[in-house]
Amino acid sequence: MTPPLGDKAPAFALPDTEGVEHSLANGTFPATVVVFTCNHCPYALAWHDRIADSARDYSDRGVRFLAINSNDSERYPRDSLEAMQRRVRDEDWPLPYLHDESQEVARAYDARVTPDVFVLDGDGTLRYRGAPDSDYSDPTQGAAWLRGALDAVLSGEAPDPAETEPVGCSIKWKP
Amino acid sequence: MSEVGLDPERVVVREIDDEAHADAELFVGSPTIRVDGVDVQPPEEGEAPGLTCRVYHTRDGRVSPVPDPHDLRDALARVAARA
Repeated sequence: MTPPLGDKAPAFALPDTEGVEHSLANGTFPATVVVFTCNHCPYALAWHDRIADSARDYSDRGVRFLAINSNDSERYPRDSLEAMQRRVRDEDWPLPYLHDESQEVARAYDARVTPDVFVLDGDGTLRYRGAPDSDYSDPTQGAAWLRGALDAVLSGEAPDPAETEPVGCSIKWKP
Repeated sequence: MSEVGLDPERVVVREIDDEAHADAELFVGSPTIRVDGVDVQPPEEGEAPGLTCRVYHTRDGRVSPVPDPHDLRDALARVAARA
């Protein structure tokens, strides 16, 4: 079951593509964005630049972005750690790409698809969950729901909408 | 299909439900749309079969989970012209 909006988001600690561990508890941030994503899903790829642009645009306001790949890389080798490392190396990623090999973090968040976006406030409370914006095929949407949620959280207000239907490829669970 | 004079009743939807089935069918991801056995947007050479989501590109270069509708129409029109 998805953690309810207004509850503390599940804690986690995961390694990025360089082996550096990232934890929700590390550091102080006015907001944190957790995005479940992957390498092989067309929806995740279509939204990637918009999410990356958001990470760049909100970095000077102290917002932390964390991308997490939870897919089963045994059956889906394009989501292997090596493939994640290649992407980060070949592309200009402004956010760490974390490997959830056990899939425990995806289960804790009840992540369903890629991409699935969660926005946490400075206390680690879940304030938004859903899609980056309303249309994967329209880059001009610019991750408007995600940006709106961040603007609200940074202003101490409740996002509107606070929840949207995540759209994408299903998380590839291990058998 | 109706637009180009083909019978929409002739669409066959097939589920590929395991890796062996994907290998046997040279299925490189979902959805794969073949018109008279020819992929609407043929995969790159060497692309491995498997149960995965397929990445298409629209004619303006955007990533998409489905083929560009123009590619589908063109494929259908080619078959209709041969009929």
